[in-house]
Amino acid sequence: MEMWFSEFHTPDVKHSIRVNKHLYSRQSDYQRIDIFDTPEFGRVLTLDGNVMLTERDEFIYDEMITHVPMAVHPGIKDILVIGAGDGGVLRELTRYDRVKRIDLVEMDPQVVEACRTYLPSNACRMDDRRVHIYFENALKFIRRCEAEYDLIIVDSTDPFGPSEGLFTREFYGNCYNALREDGIMVNQQGSPFYAEDANAMQRSHKRIVRTFPISRVYQAHIPTYAAGYWLFGFASKKYHPIDDLDSESWNALNLYTRYYTTRLHKGAFWLPAFLEEMLQEVED
Amino acid sequence: MNVNRTRLDQSQAPIYEALETFRKMRVVPFDVPGHKRGRGNPELTAFLGKQCVSVDVNSMKPLDNLCHPVSVIRQAEELAADAFGAAHAFLMVGGTTSSVQSMVLTACKRGDEIILPRNVHRSVINALVLCGAVPVYVNPEVDHRLGISLGMQREQVAKAIAEHPNAVAVLVNNPTYYGICSDLRAIVKMAHDAGMLCLVDEAHGTHFYFGGGLPVSAMAAGADMASVSMHKSGGSLTQSSLLLIGPKVHAGYVRQIINLTQTTSGSYLLMSSLDISRRNLALRGRMVFHQVADMAEYARQEINAVGGYYAFGRELMNGNSVFDFDTTKLSVHTLDIGLAGIEVYDILRDEYDIQIEFGDIGNILAYLSIGDRAQELERLVSALAEIRRRYQTDGTGLLNQEYIDPEVVASPQEAFYADKVSLPLEESEGRVCSEFVMCYPPGIPILAPGERITAEILEHIRYAKEKGCNMTGPEDPDLKQINVLA
Repeated sequence: MEMWFSEFHTPDVKHSIRVNKHLYSRQSDYQRIDIFDTPEFGRVLTLDGNVMLTERDEFIYDEMITHVPMAVHPGIKDILVIGAGDGGVLRELTRYDRVKRIDLVEMDPQVVEACRTYLPSNACRMDDRRVHIYFENALKFIRRCEAEYDLIIVDSTDPFGPSEGLFTREFYGNCYNALREDGIMVNQQGSPFYAEDANAMQRSHKRIVRTFPISRVYQAHIPTYAAGYWLFGFASKKYHPIDDLDSESWNALNLYTRYYTTRLHKGAFWLPAFLEEMLQEVED
Repeated sequence: MNVNRTRLDQSQAPIYEALETFRKMRVVPFDVPGHKRGRGNPELTAFLGKQCVSVDVNSMKPLDNLCHPVSVIRQAEELAADAFGAAHAFLMVGGTTSSVQSMVLTACKRGDEIILPRNVHRSVINALVLCGAVPVYVNPEVDHRLGISLGMQREQVAKAIAEHPNAVAVLVNNPTYYGICSDLRAIVKMAHDAGMLCLVDEAHGTHFYFGGGLPVSAMAAGADMASVSMHKSGGSLTQSSLLLIGPKVHAGYVRQIINLTQTTSGSYLLMSSLDISRRNLALRGRMVFHQVADMAEYARQEINAVGGYYAFGRELMNGNSVFDFDTTKLSVHTLDIGLAGIEVYDILRDEYDIQIEFGDIGNILAYLSIGDRAQELERLVSALAEIRRRYQTDGTGLLNQEYIDPEVVASPQEAFYADKVSLPLEESEGRVCSEFVMCYPPGIPILAPGERITAEILEHIRYAKEKGCNMTGPEDPDLKQINVLA
């Protein structure tokens, strides 16, 4: 018997993963949630048929979206995480003693419930005493915040579904307002490779550039995402992602990582020519 | 006011069903339209979809004829009448403008007087230009804080009826663009007691027929005719509309009036959309509009919590000029953050990719309907919060919008067709205007043909232009010149 999960990366490109067992399937109020057990990638979480994470490669995403800002801004204590109901981002952030509070705003309680049951290696730190989980619309949550956080991590799904509101000018503006005067916002910025993804990436970059004084894009290689090539946005009121990197302090923490290093940190901001061009196009 | 009232089986959709059957018959077309189910226009077919162009067909025996309905269109009209509690319903394909004009042309002949509030849509006064009836304006009350015209007071209507006993009809907005309703039942009674018809512009009130807790609909209030924009809150395609009549009006005469100006090639896309939307409203409208009203109420609370903005609601009700309020409308007063409504409207579109219905001098209106979801509302509220943070001013130089009592010197028809001269706008004070001037939307005339141009009106036009309102109506598209009676 052959059983495959397939995801269209474009109408003409399909990415397939062989499945051992379909562990979980549920339609929540917002989306369809599935978890598969697969021979190559371990357990795989999909939302509306799009891969969100696999046990095999989630470390790349979760390390890159957390350690990059944590290594730049030494004073990060209060953190807002948006989306990320699987818990991988929380797992990385709770490794820092200096973090005092992590507010997680996730729209869909079903995602959290499913991940607690089937993805314990991601969801393992959700009960950390510093973590507060709010099941709410993020736009609504953040409208009420002013100068409250040092870091906001936007770990959204792609911009064509229920997360569309997290790629908008009003959302980035609300984030700016919710950050302290030296705050940083890091967001998953999609893929620059296929045309539709690239266009969405440019649109959100344009909006961030108009909202924050410092806005840079960095990259990582994530096998199960479209084109295997993923971007993150680093938007900041004060700290520069490379000039203000404090490698010595971060390395002194002795955190074991499998993707992130402070050397890679610098390299991740050096982008291929076609991408530099795409970003410049919307920066002017 | 509710679905239980219907006599007929509202799950039918005869036009839609006939089109489905027709499509399966694969009839060879040697008739119009010339695109022949899309084959002759592949680019259009690729854009609109094969399904859509394949039912863009002409009147024929199995599909009936809008000019003289005897089968499926007639059945669809009967179902619509049943769903809306009317004696008869007409499917309209020329927008609610065509419904309003048919209403006025049915009621009025040349020289007849018609009583109406001045804040009517341009289509009403256009109809007066066509038929030569003379408007008797009832000054709507004005809310001075918001700068908007309210409904008509009962006493004002009674006074107009007493002063013009030969008038043939009273026309009422139910509701206004902002969701404000006059005391429709009382006005219907006053009109009928005086032997006049009561006509109702319900362009913004389709949902009144399907909602609990919403203002009374024209048919339920006993009005004689009502124009219902199905394509606004009802979900049908743009340009489709319904004209409803009560038992006192002769359906055959209304059909003749409609046929004076209606196309003989009524679009089946529009008609099927009316049929399917009517079915949906009859079966699910009550639940849907309950959700819409809840969303609007939620948005009002959230917007008012932002500070500075005033999203107004039922607290405006005063038993007379605001007899009732349509809680599905989301109108926001913006002057207190130091921005004109039209400025907020422009910023929402240009900076936030959010298109709202309109902005005027002091307010914006976001149109909520059957197709809205909570997540888009959150975007709107957040964008308004951002606009306040980024753009708010102390409000210096902002004007409020006041109702300007018009001086009607000539009937709209006389003025429109009279000998006229074109003058620079600033030299036109004191002259009689022969054309329309309005901001669009909302499309309520600032000047109508036959009205005196005053310094106050010129100042209003200058200010609206400066704030970026889209001025329409006059022959000169830039409105530097204006036509006045010679």
